[in-house]
Amino acid sequence: MLELRSITAGYTRNAPVVRDVSLTVAPGESVGLLGPSGCGKSTLARVAALLHRPDSGTLLLDGEPVRHWRHRAPRDRRTAFGVVFQQARLSADPRLPLTDLIAEPLRATGRGREVPDRIAQLAPVVGLTPDLLTRRPHEVSDGQLQRACLARALVLRPRLLVCDEMTAMLDASTAAALVAAVEDYRAATGAALLAVGHDRTLLERWCDRTVHWESLS
Amino acid sequence: MLSVRGLSVRFLMPGGRRVAAVTGARFDVAAGECLALIGESGCGKSVLASALLGLLPGNAQTAGSALLGDLDLLAADERTLARTVRGRLIGLVPQSPAAHLTPVRTVRSQLEETVAALTATRGRAALRAAAEAAAERAAFPASHLDRHPHELSGGLAQRAATALALVGGAPLLLADEPTTGLDRDLVDRTVDELRRHVDEPGPGNGTGRALLMITHDLAAAERIADRVAVMYAGRIVELADAAAFFGEPGPRHPYSRGLLQALPDRAFTPVPGMPPELGDLPDGCAFAARCDRATDTCAAPPPAGTVACHHPHVPEDARA
Ligand code: SF4
Repeated sequence: MLELRSITAGYTRNAPVVRDVSLTVAPGESVGLLGPSGCGKSTLARVAALLHRPDSGTLLLDGEPVRHWRHRAPRDRRTAFGVVFQQARLSADPRLPLTDLIAEPLRATGRGREVPDRIAQLAPVVGLTPDLLTRRPHEVSDGQLQRACLARALVLRPRLLVCDEMTAMLDASTAAALVAAVEDYRAATGAALLAVGHDRTLLERWCDRTVHWESLS
Repeated sequence: MLSVRGLSVRFLMPGGRRVAAVTGARFDVAAGECLALIGESGCGKSVLASALLGLLPGNAQTAGSALLGDLDLLAADERTLARTVRGRLIGLVPQSPAAHLTPVRTVRSQLEETVAALTATRGRAALRAAAEAAAERAAFPASHLDRHPHELSGGLAQRAATALALVGGAPLLLADEPTTGLDRDLVDRTVDELRRHVDEPGPGNGTGRALLMITHDLAAAERIADRVAVMYAGRIVELADAAAFFGEPGPRHPYSRGLLQALPDRAFTPVPGMPPELGDLPDGCAFAARCDRATDTCAAPPPAGTVACHHPHVPEDARA
């Protein structure tokens, strides 16, 4: 259960892009957060995934208030989240072959031994072939790279997935394939989802409920 | 206006590998018409655009022809391309306007510079007026002309880039993924504006501009295209009238049908599997491994024509 209460956040002190926003994602629930680009919904997604400390407000994870963000968040909290962003090329280390990109969160949490098993499980889930796994980001298409980023987000078996415009750069078929992969994962694990986007048709088809950005504050 | 015949692009890779990025593309775009080239990322559509603009990397080999009026774009030298094609004959509406604009200069100064480079306008006041007129044509607000690209929203950056593309009065607009990352409302506005530039009597001949829009956004294509070309694994597999393609009777090539069925307001089911590697294409139909209509016949290359398929959907069974 994730609760955001009266969150205000931004990048410069006096100009918050998120103002007094509240939103709850129940266990196993999928919530679509719909809003225009530049409205601050991506910032809220980063707060929700513990990647950005809000200026004020409270974030409760399973009823417990979150006090630390980013690398200072306790490991069990950080690993509860999986995040996929819109721009795979900006979030992926260009030097790493896709396998290492996917495996990195495992290695960073001292679970390197699980890498081969986990890769073998996840690659077919997101539709990556063994050949693609050995390539670096510039050697694959945007769609293939986003498949790897989704696998990376799933590698620690998160309880909550945050997908920020995950499919905005992708063709219809790849978008549908990635959404199907997220839904298969959720069906198997009961994970919750916060999907942030601007495409009403997509979010309404994908999520249990869709909330509009303007209605949140 | 633009007539492309047998256009192929091969990339020579280290180790002698050859990647068939585009094979045998054939299509026309007329003045006053929008052709949408659709397909998934990596299908070759952006390579095709680069070939038309002469912007391919050094390891690319091209074959075929792309006639713009009397000029074969594939045979033209860099000097011709730089001086008479880019900006003057072809206006490029780029994929990432933020990257296309010069970050350290205001929109106004970039517009004025482009006006000076591409038109006969001279003198400070005249350049200023021409730049403002160009901004207005692309619905870029005059109040934002003195901003730098990073101070613009995605939509305004796109309009600034469109304004630059229109300055030279080019008869052919080439829009490469013009709506990537934009909101639906902005997508609609952006493509409507592009359509307006197609319909407006063009500079000189009064017949309107031609627009080749490369996109993975099917809704954007449906909104403004007159005709659709579907690209798969480097080939144009279907050329169709847009109304028939998006409406009844629907696409005829199995891949096109799959692509439409993946939309969230349709079946929302992906085409199974992934596209083949362009460096390792089968001899027969490149879609065969993913196709539910495939038969032994499909091991042979599909027929050339408007639908490159051995067993295309025909209007009777398209209703099923
Ligand atoms: S040629 Fe055969 S495999 Fe290819 S699309 Fe047509 S039916 Fe399918």
